[in-house]
Amino acid sequence: MKRGGIAIVGAAESTEMGVIKNLSQTGIHCDAALNALQDAGLKASDIDGVACAGEYPVNLALQLGITPKWLDGTYCGGCSFMLHVRHAAAAIEAGLCNTVLITHGESGKSRIGYYMGQNLAPTSVIGQFEMPYAPFMPANLFTIPVLRYMKQYGLTQEQLAMVSVVQREWAGKNPRATYKEPITVDDVLNSKMIAYPFRILQCCLVTDGGGALILAKAERAQDFPTKPVYILGTGESCETPLISQMEDFTTSKAFRVSGKQAFDSAGIKHQDVDHVMAYDAFAHLPIYALEDLGFVRPGEAGAFIAEGNTAPGGKLPVNTNGGGLSYMHSGMYGMYALQESVRQMRGTAPAQVAGARVSVCHGVGGFFGASGTVVMSNEQPG
Amino acid sequence: MTSARPKPVPTPETRHFWEGARDHKLLLQQCGQCHHTYFPPRPFCPKCSGRDVRIVPASGRATLYSYVIGQRPMPGFEPPYSIAVVELEEGPRMLSNIVDCPQTPEALVLDMPLEVTWQALDDEITLPQFRPTQGDPS
Repeated sequence: MKRGGIAIVGAAESTEMGVIKNLSQTGIHCDAALNALQDAGLKASDIDGVACAGEYPVNLALQLGITPKWLDGTYCGGCSFMLHVRHAAAAIEAGLCNTVLITHGESGKSRIGYYMGQNLAPTSVIGQFEMPYAPFMPANLFTIPVLRYMKQYGLTQEQLAMVSVVQREWAGKNPRATYKEPITVDDVLNSKMIAYPFRILQCCLVTDGGGALILAKAERAQDFPTKPVYILGTGESCETPLISQMEDFTTSKAFRVSGKQAFDSAGIKHQDVDHVMAYDAFAHLPIYALEDLGFVRPGEAGAFIAEGNTAPGGKLPVNTNGGGLSYMHSGMYGMYALQESVRQMRGTAPAQVAGARVSVCHGVGGFFGASGTVVMSNEQPG
Repeated sequence: MTSARPKPVPTPETRHFWEGARDHKLLLQQCGQCHHTYFPPRPFCPKCSGRDVRIVPASGRATLYSYVIGQRPMPGFEPPYSIAVVELEEGPRMLSNIVDCPQTPEALVLDMPLEVTWQALDDEITLPQFRPTQGDPS
């Protein structure tokens, strides 16, 4: 794919976030889509490609009155939207369609018309070999690798707690964040145990919400009212739907493969990156992401975060919306990470990183199952 | 005897595993071509795609690779309950629970030796579980 050949020309979150009682999951998809269309100054009839997860793209097209020439229903958990961006960019460049709408909506808390795309039947591999051993909650499974990581690298409980402390610091700057009050390491370690060693302040929120993006060729970007955000590079991969079958519990193969593709295709080095979104359903995930994307060496991310490098004023701002731990998390968080990267590149984020030119947005889906990475910039490469 | 836990429903690819478990035999598969031993069951080798696969018994010996201790009561799960990944002597890893010991970080030490034990959910399904090795592992 040509670097910067495709741009994000529309982006918006759902009108409400947190608890949404007046919309179903499908309705949240549509609300976010309408907001993104308005942001881009488009009508639904201008869209000729649709992608979504947690909703059937055929229904999305019907609801919004779109006649698509291209559809993508890729579902691989919370990073699905990073993959949609990648697939849509390739499709537009190949001439399959011109203007793609990617939507997310999730009634994760209120559970009105809630739908998840994964096969969890008792005949499935996960239904046979994992669900009998663990109540199927992310906190019981996504978290299992961290004790092995702690033994391997000496990561401390206090360092792991600092991930939540730092992200709350960012959330304090974001009026839309669910939790804004500052917290300390002691607050984290004394909060309710959910699945040892994870306390509630190290687990994501459970909310309702959505978001949508619109992509088009960069050469059309000036036709839209907002500042274009160029796609420099992308990556995707997967490893396993069963946490037990992850090759190495101290590193994610999907992260490494996806991250390397994204950096290579973007033609960037780590020192070029001004801003990072590292999907944080749980406090250990930014640690794995920073290492597997190559920002620090294996075993170093805990200290890197604890020393304030990713905090406001630090050299590598990470999860500047407050993240899934403090901003919001409806279940599939990837769309909100993408929205924050777009805001940072547009210069409209509540906690704006001054002068930021390159943002890396890294997602995970299905308990280390899959991964997608998008590198964006507000400068079109020459 | 019944349990409220989610019960696996065997498929043609996995029936031998659950029939073995009912007889307290932990069964893995081994590729006749590249000799890779693997789990979960499937009628071909995930390493070399070979279909010449035989069923091999595991020793039942394992070590504790990683875990969490769940705190939330759910049907069939009385907290605290360990949710653990064990590494079998033959190499494959599987999700299980560590039983017959306190469900505490002090009692559950990574790399500790474990042995298989069995929990019948009903007449058809018996789950392999693991416990700290007790004396003679044979």
